[in-house]
Amino acid sequence: MNTFPFSDWIVATIFVACIAITVAGALIAAFTKRIIRSVCGLAVCALGLAGLFYFLNSPFLALMEVLIYIGAVCVTIIFGVMLTEPDEAAPENLSRPFPVIAPLVSLAIGAGVFLGIAKLSLSGHWAAPATLVSDGSVKAIGIALLTTYSVPFELISLVLLVAILGALVIARSGRTKE
Amino acid sequence: MNPALIYSQPAVYLVVAAFLLATGIYGLIRRRTLIGMLISGELIFAAASLNFMAFNRFTAPDQSVGQIAVLFIMGLAAAEVAITLSIIIAVYRNYRSIASKDLNELKG
Repeated sequence: MNTFPFSDWIVATIFVACIAITVAGALIAAFTKRIIRSVCGLAVCALGLAGLFYFLNSPFLALMEVLIYIGAVCVTIIFGVMLTEPDEAAPENLSRPFPVIAPLVSLAIGAGVFLGIAKLSLSGHWAAPATLVSDGSVKAIGIALLTTYSVPFELISLVLLVAILGALVIARSGRTKE
Repeated sequence: MNPALIYSQPAVYLVVAAFLLATGIYGLIRRRTLIGMLISGELIFAAASLNFMAFNRFTAPDQSVGQIAVLFIMGLAAAEVAITLSIIIAVYRNYRSIASKDLNELKG
């Protein structure tokens, strides 16, 4: 294992960097004003998440995370940003009774969810399985997808087809009016 | 516990997933446009995927079940984004705005 000096610490540093990238991307995605920076934050978050998937013994899903989230989802959202005007306007001068309350309440809800679930997960005892049925390699995933999970696999392809057709129909219906 | 083996602790992944979920919920409440809410929803999807993967790695006897579940989550998220963006574009054509406070009529 220790063929390279400090290899454990190098791996731990990379792991902490993955966590930092994920957290920073999520913060950028949730807190910036301009929506295009928010999309970029989502892409950064997906990149860090791919690193975490790699540490969870699944390089296949790390590849899929980069391919689908950064390559497909973020690019599609950027197309949506191009076709609409999503930037939030300057704060309107509505007579709001308590202008400070809303951010505080949402921050409190977010912090409450985070602290509650973090406390739960830190206090749980996650027992390792007694025996491993499958090692989770790409070969095992492929075999399971084509045998045990073949019906959900086909249903996912059907869902994607229906989603694409529905997206075309919905986005087309407004065009004929003008 | 050896601090160099921090990546073999399931609680670390679960806390990161809880943070992603909390950030997604905060953004879902605070964002005033539909695309911002969609991005926050994607963060919640990411939290669910990370939870699936962490429990799959550390507690499941069959190591491929969680990976397949996360693959299905990714497929459903892609379909959801396609549908949501087409709805957003249709809304923008009709209202010339995608701010959520302008969408206050029910009859289409």
